[in-house]
Amino acid sequence: MTSASASADHERPVKLACRNVWKLFGAGAERLFADGAAAPSAEALARAGLIAAVREADLAVREGEIFVIMGLSGSGKSTLVRCMSRLIEPTAGAVLFEGQDLLKASEAELIALRRHKMGMVFQHFALLPHLTVLGNVAFPLEIQGVRRAERERRARAMIELVGLGGRESYYPRQLSGGQQQRVGIARSLAVEPEVWFLDEPFSALDPLIRREMQDEFLRLQRLLRKTIVFITHDFDEAIRLADRIAIMKDGAIIQSGTPEELVMQPATDYVAEFTREVSRAKVLSARSAMEPPVPGARLSGSVPADAKIQDLARRVIASDGAVAVVDADGRPIGQLTRDAVLDILAGQSDRPA
Amino acid sequence: MSATAGIAGAQPARLQPWPVLWAVLLGATFLLFFSEGLHDALEGLAPWAFEYPRAWVIPLRDWVSGFMQWLINDFDLGLFTFKEFTRSISWLLTWPFAFANSLLAEGFIHGRGDKAVLLWPRLSWLAVIAIAVLMGFYAQGWRLALLVGACFAYLAVFGQWTSAMVTLSSIAIAVPFGVVGGLLLGIAGFRSARVERAMAPVLDLMQTVPIFAYLIPALYLFGFGPVASMIATIIYATPPMVRMTILALRQVPDEIVDFGRMAGCSRRQLLWKVRIPAARQSLMVGVNQVIMLSLNMVIIASMIGAGGLGYDVLTALRRLDIGAGLEAGIGIVVLAIALDRLSQAFAARPPEQQREDSAGLLRRHPYLAAGLAAAAVTWIGGLVLPALGSYPESLTLTTAPFWDGLVSWININFFDALEAIKTFLLLNLMIPVKRFLLTLPWPLVVGLVALAGYQLGGLRLAALTAALVLFLAVTRQWENAMETVYLCGVSALIASLIGWPIGIWAARKARVNAVVQPVIDTLQTLPAFVYLIPAVMLFRVGDFTAMIAVVAYAVVPAIRYTILGIQRVPPTLIEAATAQGCTRRQILWRVQLPLALPEILLGVNQTIMMALSMLVITALVGTRDLGQEVYIALTKADTGRGIVAGLCVAFIAITADRLIGAWSGRLKTRLGLA
Ligand SMILES: Nc1ncnc2c1ncn2[C@@H]1O[C@H](COP(=O)(O)OP(=O)(O)OP(=O)(O)O)[C@@H](O)[C@H]1O
Ligand SMILES: [Mg+2]
Repeated sequence: MTSASASADHERPVKLACRNVWKLFGAGAERLFADGAAAPSAEALARAGLIAAVREADLAVREGEIFVIMGLSGSGKSTLVRCMSRLIEPTAGAVLFEGQDLLKASEAELIALRRHKMGMVFQHFALLPHLTVLGNVAFPLEIQGVRRAERERRARAMIELVGLGGRESYYPRQLSGGQQQRVGIARSLAVEPEVWFLDEPFSALDPLIRREMQDEFLRLQRLLRKTIVFITHDFDEAIRLADRIAIMKDGAIIQSGTPEELVMQPATDYVAEFTREVSRAKVLSARSAMEPPVPGARLSGSVPADAKIQDLARRVIASDGAVAVVDADGRPIGQLTRDAVLDILAGQSDRPA
Repeated sequence: MSATAGIAGAQPARLQPWPVLWAVLLGATFLLFFSEGLHDALEGLAPWAFEYPRAWVIPLRDWVSGFMQWLINDFDLGLFTFKEFTRSISWLLTWPFAFANSLLAEGFIHGRGDKAVLLWPRLSWLAVIAIAVLMGFYAQGWRLALLVGACFAYLAVFGQWTSAMVTLSSIAIAVPFGVVGGLLLGIAGFRSARVERAMAPVLDLMQTVPIFAYLIPALYLFGFGPVASMIATIIYATPPMVRMTILALRQVPDEIVDFGRMAGCSRRQLLWKVRIPAARQSLMVGVNQVIMLSLNMVIIASMIGAGGLGYDVLTALRRLDIGAGLEAGIGIVVLAIALDRLSQAFAARPPEQQREDSAGLLRRHPYLAAGLAAAAVTWIGGLVLPALGSYPESLTLTTAPFWDGLVSWININFFDALEAIKTFLLLNLMIPVKRFLLTLPWPLVVGLVALAGYQLGGLRLAALTAALVLFLAVTRQWENAMETVYLCGVSALIASLIGWPIGIWAARKARVNAVVQPVIDTLQTLPAFVYLIPAVMLFRVGDFTAMIAVVAYAVVPAIRYTILGIQRVPPTLIEAATAQGCTRRQILWRVQLPLALPEILLGVNQTIMMALSMLVITALVGTRDLGQEVYIALTKADTGRGIVAGLCVAFIAITADRLIGAWSGRLKTRLGLA
């Protein structure tokens, strides 16, 4: 459901963008860029003994969307997301927050930005062991000097929001992994940030809990409409949550687009490798499976263009020929045949989109 | 050194250059020792090699003494002189100490001598016990509360109360200084790599310089009395806190630090609100160490006026009054156990549930309230019934006659046996080793040590160890140093021979381990001084007594590291060996011990370190080594002499530490354990 809105308004303003961001680890990394050289080659990096954790990253996160960065372990996701919040100083490039270059911000500006506009959730929760749930959630507010009564009121509201009401006085060690991450989420939301970073928030959880947390996450996002940068190494998770996905390999972003675009037009074999196992029905929308309207055809009913095949398959199959595909205003823009849906469900999706 | 050759020689049959070289060199060394003709001939040729010439001595001793004199007489810091500086430190420490001492031990007194008026009595013994019990309960539960209560009750019932409270008040003042100082230095080291690099060698040195050596400059600068002893205590107890702080702050997970930064912490907030609280448990381990080292030092600092239990032991030992010495010694043991268990429990204690704000101050701090109530009730009660204020003397028990009786009984019944053991070991082990070491020409020893350093760690290690050993010669401490090496070597050997089998046994039998662990844990908390008492009791004075005390003190790491080493052998290897049909015995000798060897070596290293630190204390029973040198310097307040001898001990320790450390590291690499 989330992607319906995203594809509908592509024109929302860019909240956070990376322009040609590089992060090299190792001594003397700055020198490679000092003499105005454009992009160091892989050989030049190897010769200098540098690790390129992020290479030439370009991306734009739009307001209110869930932007997922997906890649295998060591592909540089954490490094990239930390460059975007400047927890790590990028070696080169620009990070634009609402159009302002974050890398030019002073220490004080950066602190103000982080206090009021950014929140982050961590893979291993990163809760402070000496504080209770309430203390942890109120911590970012305490740092800002918010009065005790006020910050506890706001913290309690957040704890309620993530479903941990009644456990305010527990310590992190007394909670399960899933509960701890709920605290992490509540804590990162306590300052009502505009941009929300989540670095593999559910990777340390059991599959069942992970699923539950993903639902919870989607519920929260429907409520809060944050701009989200979500990191994961799990492609299914990416597909499930993302409005748009960027796939990283060896520090570079090799493709970014909506889940549908990735599935339908993988840029490289590497991306295709991930998308092969993905159930088409979950990803494809009626719009990409439809045929041009045939004037005068007998159509039984209509489906919205952005609905996923999985959700409308039953209806199309039950119909005896095809259904109409209509856009947001209810105008018919194409038709979806029963064969097309069956093909997709059977996994034969090499037909052009 | 011969062991090096032995181990290396146990390698495959191919002839290797190192073992051959060592065999030749050691053969030559022994020849030199056994053939008097050769020895005399060499001595005729190069007398300087046997007796380090006076003209070559570097007068470091005089330099240090001169420097200290200059410091105290002429050094002007601009705004104030150094002397004023030391005075103000004295003043700063005197007040809190006087307060703690009045509160716990003496009572608040106005005036002196006959005119003294007691303004306010000291804390009642019952109140102190109650507070200790409350702390035990708060930190862990009833068991600890009972243990701690029993410890303090012992002090009251057996007449050690006042002395113990004097000791406790020194600790109560020294520990906060040590903890805060260590924390701040640790933070500085954590924040700046340069500061850390500068501190590392100083910390190394501070932890290897014998405990007495701290007393001398303190005595010289601050004069005889509790202040000097407290300064020495603080300086002695701080280094582990510094190390622990750096380590603990480093160990805070990156994610937590990232979180703190993302929450918008300033640098200061990040340190005080995120890093330090997150490192709390490790930091508390450091606090525990500061407490235990302070106790250790406060006992020994009785030599420069600390008073308390240490002073009681010291005077009893000087009079050879075994009963009184043992009684005070047990008082120390009891106090050590109580402090250690309490501080460990506090360290392990998870943070508490916070109470609601609305509750009153006392409701929010029920333990504090109960403690205050206990103090108030016993104070008022004490006005009516003195026994509530001070434990009645008529009810004091003493065990001194019992101990005296026990010792004379042992002496009557076992004198011959003990004497026989003593003579046998002296004649067959100790004296030959001593003579051997004393006949070796110093250039040969320097050369052998450098060679070992080269083989184990390359040129740098060779240069370092050679320089350290050369220092012993150029400061004209060679003979004292060889006495130290001999006593320390023999003790470490015997401690290892006792410790290894116990360690192996405990590692292989859980039931044995269940007994051994608490025993060695307790042994480890006892101040070094305590170990002297039974040794003196059985063997009076001399090298042998010293050796027994050192062995008793230094045996713990030999046991502990052996257990650790064997337990860390991967279980899959044992399974594999069992599957191949190895007997338990074969598994031990072929699998467990070889793999545990690096760890066991580290245990030997620790044993040597502990032996060296104990050795200096045994100067009290009349050894003739570097320890004695330091002790004499202490009695004469001769800073130069004491510091040079102290440095010699430290350098022997560092040499042994680096060589064995390098050796263990190589073994680990070879076994793929590193
Ligand atoms: N501080 C550092 N110094 C040197 N190399 C680093 C550092 N941090 C990360 N790297 C390297 O950069 C690369 C990317 O690391 P990063 O942690 O960003 O990967 P990731 O995609 O988040 O992986 P994971 O899924 O395991 O968290 C890795 O090869 C890593 O070894
Ligand atoms: Mg990562």
